[in-house]
Amino acid sequence: MSVEILARIQFAFTISFHYIYPPLSIGLGLALVVMEGMYLKTKNPIFQQMTKFWVRVFALMFALGVATGIVMEFEFGTNWATYSRYVGDVFGSALAAEGIFAFFLESGFLAVLVFGWNKVSPKMHFFSTVMVSLGSMLSAVWIVVANSWQQTPAGFHIVGEGLNARAEITDFWRMVFNPSSVDRLSHVLTGAFLSGAFFILSVSAFYLLKKKHSEFALKSFKVGIAIALFASLLQLVTGHSSAVGVSKNQPAKLAAYEAHFDSSKSADLYLFGWVNEKEQNVNFGIAVPKFLSYLVHGDFNAPVKGLNAFRKTDIPPVNFVFQTYHLMVAIGFTLIALSLIGIFYLWKGTLSEKRWLLKLFVLSVLLPQAANQLGWFSAEVGRQPWIVQGWLRTSEALSKAVEANQIIFSLILFTLIYLLLFVLFIFLLNEKIQHGPMEADLVPSEYEKQKMNFQNN
Amino acid sequence: MDFNFDLNSLWFILIGVLLTGYAILDGFDLGVGSLHLFMKGDLNRRILINSIGPVWDGNEVWLVTGGGALFAAFPHVYATVFSGFYTAFMILLFVLIFRAVAIEFRSKQPMQWWRTAWDTAFSVSSILIALLMGIAIGNIITGIPVGADKEFTGTFLAMINPFTLLVGITTVSLFMMHGSIYLIMKTEGEVQAIVKKWTNNAVIFFVICYVSTTMATLIYFPEMVQPFKAHPWLFLLAVLNMLAVANIPREIYHGREFKAFLSSCASIAALLSLFAIGLYPNLVKSTTESAYNLTIYNAASSQQTLNIMMIIALIGVPFVLTYTVSIYWIFRGKVKIDAMSY
Repeated sequence: MSVEILARIQFAFTISFHYIYPPLSIGLGLALVVMEGMYLKTKNPIFQQMTKFWVRVFALMFALGVATGIVMEFEFGTNWATYSRYVGDVFGSALAAEGIFAFFLESGFLAVLVFGWNKVSPKMHFFSTVMVSLGSMLSAVWIVVANSWQQTPAGFHIVGEGLNARAEITDFWRMVFNPSSVDRLSHVLTGAFLSGAFFILSVSAFYLLKKKHSEFALKSFKVGIAIALFASLLQLVTGHSSAVGVSKNQPAKLAAYEAHFDSSKSADLYLFGWVNEKEQNVNFGIAVPKFLSYLVHGDFNAPVKGLNAFRKTDIPPVNFVFQTYHLMVAIGFTLIALSLIGIFYLWKGTLSEKRWLLKLFVLSVLLPQAANQLGWFSAEVGRQPWIVQGWLRTSEALSKAVEANQIIFSLILFTLIYLLLFVLFIFLLNEKIQHGPMEADLVPSEYEKQKMNFQNN
Repeated sequence: MDFNFDLNSLWFILIGVLLTGYAILDGFDLGVGSLHLFMKGDLNRRILINSIGPVWDGNEVWLVTGGGALFAAFPHVYATVFSGFYTAFMILLFVLIFRAVAIEFRSKQPMQWWRTAWDTAFSVSSILIALLMGIAIGNIITGIPVGADKEFTGTFLAMINPFTLLVGITTVSLFMMHGSIYLIMKTEGEVQAIVKKWTNNAVIFFVICYVSTTMATLIYFPEMVQPFKAHPWLFLLAVLNMLAVANIPREIYHGREFKAFLSSCASIAALLSLFAIGLYPNLVKSTTESAYNLTIYNAASSQQTLNIMMIIALIGVPFVLTYTVSIYWIFRGKVKIDAMSY
């Protein structure tokens, strides 16, 4: 296999594995803010127990996110050195900003969140929880800005020619707020909220099903379902606005999303189908006729730029992008439905009796995970053959000093190590869930006890 | 070469500061890890891990941010070194992963074999990280084969030679000394008595390594000393370094643990300053042809980028220092094991 294919497989594999964890920590972080906020407001010890239980799970996910995240920063240099030279000004700046503004904040306050219960006041502890949550979102900001610049580069100019060409910043804010940054960031963050929310729903539904820790589970379920409903509906808005953005800025990608080949025609919106790239049609497909034209142009008969308008060497693999994109959309709608059904039975007060629904919720944790992965697959593969849309091809971005056998060596090791990590992660997570919340966590922290003694005396 | 007061030089200093911050902070927790297997007994080992428990992760962020800053300010160095040292960096990544998860996983199961396995992973990976970083510094001193196109042309095995290994072992010894002093601050009673013995040995181990490396550098890489010949006052740094090391046993003898730790920090800062002065204005020296050296000028981003990043750094660094100081303040004092501990 060529260096290019191997480097792409390695990047895809390591980023996909990494991306299991950050969305969970972002989503769970938000839920922790809600739970601990409720504790401060109501002083009901069950909220402290909830916070402490989910913090333990959070810490496990966070550790795996950190361990697999450092790989990503190194890989730009190790496998994509030509890319790094080309975009160091832009992409490197975003990564450095992520370190300074997000990682220090997150890791610093994480110490207080996990180990600081008896060291600081409850208010200070809550402040730390908010800062950890903020830090996790800020790191999403900078990394999505960097990635969005690859999709819709702006605020730069090219200096030098051929091998010496480099992108240099001309306008920092135009680079940060490039045409797709805001749409994609909101879409990514909302996806992360969903993955945290459905994780909580899954574990809570499991306890309800087993009739264990009922009060704990029901309260956790409420926090989860509130975030899930809010985020799944919001995802409709951010998803739509992202798709409109793609139609403006990356027409080849949009055409691949919907397998639209003929530029002279109006475009249909598919629900599903199987693309035959040779014959340029969609088999077994069901579509809303002309609806894509309406969504993009507000006119059912307006033509939409199709794949035929591009050179064969400038378009992504159509069926892969089509499938991943449509699966993501389908999951998005499923999550809305699940959230609504959950809220309905919660409101009726019969949630604990609906065993079929609880079973569905136990499995539901996989859905946002899958949607997040599929969404990134369609976004990143849809950008191909470009690594920086319109400016630098993926095939030209590799490290010149690295040979195929070196990547095979690292790829095999990554596979083995990540498999081991994943098995251990599932094993430890299962132990924590089986163990459940601790009775001791209902007792106020040492800090609060001392304060109470002080007031009583 | 004389110092030019410009953006490129400021970035040279700033990345130096970030990596020095990393060496001082992650240095002690790598040191604790390197010594970990010498400690016997599960409870004692837990005390060691929990002494770095709340802070090791934040310490590693200095490396991540240093890497990001290098990427932004000197992309050619980032690209050449990371792709050229491919295999070394991959091994470094694997041990970084193992170390992070070992700390997190160890306490999650009570079985003896489970804990021993993660203790070993934690300790071996800590030693390997220090060793690999030292070897990398050694290679920066010796220079590496870099062509006119700024690409590395050497091999992985050529990077390991007696000199670079010596620098690697010196780094391990430095972190062991630093980590053992940190442990004196964080422990009490029986554990502290054991750790104090380690410190004596570690100081001796470090001094032997340091003197050997200095001699080898003077003999084989005299160009590192050139700036000190041109500006004799810089020699004060070398004196300061020796004084700082000599001060460590004295402070420990008088029971002033924190001052001993500060001395150790000062010696790390002085060592890295000596290294940086010897290197300036180069970042990577080419053994192929000195015209191909990557310097702070031919490997840098545009002036505008350096400018923007300087503003970002000026805004961000005060925050970073505030968090760091606050966290260390909150978790000051001796380690206490509780329900949330590792």
